Amino acid sequence: MSSLPSTEPTRAADGAGVGELETTSAVAPPRRVDLWGAGRRALPPVAIGVAGLVVWELFVRLNHIPYYILPGPLLVMGALVKDWGTLYPSLLVTLAITGAALLVATVAGVAIAILFAQSRWIESSLFPYAVILQVTPVVAIAPLIIIWVKNIPLALLICAWIVAFFPIVSNTTLGLNSADHNLLNLFQLYGASRRQVFWYLRLPSAMPYFLGGLRISGGLALIGAVVAEFVAGTGGVQSGLAYRVLESGYTMQIPRMFAALFMITCSGILIFLGLTALSHLVLRTWHESAVRREG
Amino acid sequence: MIARLRQVDKIYANGVVALRGLDLDVGEGEFLSLLGPSGCGKSTVLRLVAGLGEVSGGRIEWAGGNGRTGLPRGDIGFVFQEPTLMPWATVWKNVQLPLTLRGVPLEEAAARGREAIGMVGLEGFEHAYPRQLSGGMKMRVSIARALVTHPRLLLMDEPFASLDEITRFKLDNDLLVLWARQRWTVVFVTHSVYESVYLSTRIAVMTARPGRAASEVTIEAPTPRDESFRTSPLYNEYCRHVSARLAEAIRS
Repeated sequence: MSSLPSTEPTRAADGAGVGELETTSAVAPPRRVDLWGAGRRALPPVAIGVAGLVVWELFVRLNHIPYYILPGPLLVMGALVKDWGTLYPSLLVTLAITGAALLVATVAGVAIAILFAQSRWIESSLFPYAVILQVTPVVAIAPLIIIWVKNIPLALLICAWIVAFFPIVSNTTLGLNSADHNLLNLFQLYGASRRQVFWYLRLPSAMPYFLGGLRISGGLALIGAVVAEFVAGTGGVQSGLAYRVLESGYTMQIPRMFAALFMITCSGILIFLGLTALSHLVLRTWHESAVRREG
Repeated sequence: MIARLRQVDKIYANGVVALRGLDLDVGEGEFLSLLGPSGCGKSTVLRLVAGLGEVSGGRIEWAGGNGRTGLPRGDIGFVFQEPTLMPWATVWKNVQLPLTLRGVPLEEAAARGREAIGMVGLEGFEHAYPRQLSGGMKMRVSIARALVTHPRLLLMDEPFASLDEITRFKLDNDLLVLWARQRWTVVFVTHSVYESVYLSTRIAVMTARPGRAASEVTIEAPTPRDESFRTSPLYNEYCRHVSARLAEAIRS
């Protein structure tokens, strides 16, 4: 049973395949890092941003708008630098809650999705309750949770988790149920156990869906944490960024309020970019979303 | 004789009668083609033989007397119409899948994987992902995966239907060379008269749904065959004959 000489010339001779082979050269080609191209793509949005800031600054100055109504971007930057000592620890508090909520949402979300994928019966019995949890506004239930859970960071974590877990559950469940039917047949043909089907087929099939859900959940976890901080902040013990926004509002330190807001927005963008990079890293070898189109 | 299908019926849950009273023998070492119009239940026959589903009536008898269970897992290789590869796994891992699932020791699995990849002429592409391959090469990976367990029975469900003609002819030839060497039993589903005559030692012509075997044609042309057979008068004669039988089967 050795290799057949007669099949040898067929290596690259599948008609249409020939040209394609030369360009793809069998193994994944290392993608050239195109800094110039990336820079050029980033240019228009950055230019618009800068122009917007200039217009904002000019608008504030020319109309003599008082800083407690609308501070100019330079004043906000100044507040950011001046109050970095109080803002930075708050940023860490908010990020810690967001990160913990996202982590718990991921673990619990995937676990629940796996439970759902065990049978349609379990899924159809429990899914409505996941939806109920999702559609109930977190602002409305946050006060309750803060009353029930004495430990404030834990209460905040629960609020952020409630907002963040649904996209992961919903997407991962969909992914686990999206395994190719022919591949399922193939696994059955080779006598695969339930565990093998899950491990070798359902889980990899679900990966792109899960990562898509994770990207949404990352932003939602931050929003959940901030909303919960707002609600808890009226109790006045926490010092997350949302509390800084509230506090600055009460004391008319509007530039600092904008600075805190700016930090929340930047955190959200960084979380999104980080999760996008993670998704790309995991899927880069095979999934259409992460693979450059050829031709 | 490997298997005998006797008066097999298959009625799907949605009420579609795919097969009614199908009789078919699968002989050891033959290249049997199931030829019929689309939707005549050819694929259903393969799935039943593979154990992917139960007959609704009649029975499948297996050589060796163990009537219900059929051949042991791994004695059957299945090639689907689509390559059906795992897109997240390399050629190497895709080919090894049947061995991985059966817990074959790594070293033995590696040796068998190399052998199967060699048989289909894909050396050098072990670490490529399916998306990097052409349609014909994906199909080769699919065939290598079916061969890696050293099956006695190879079931092929219109494996080359979605390929261009040049690629299909090439794979037809390679398949014949492999078959001549290994002498597995092949059951090959196709709707192409020309492909079935070129490849088979025997053709079972099936009626439109509900499917049953309307007639059989034995192709008494010497094997191994090559491109010269494709243009020979004998080949033409068989094609004409089988086409007539197919037309009869569709009318009946």
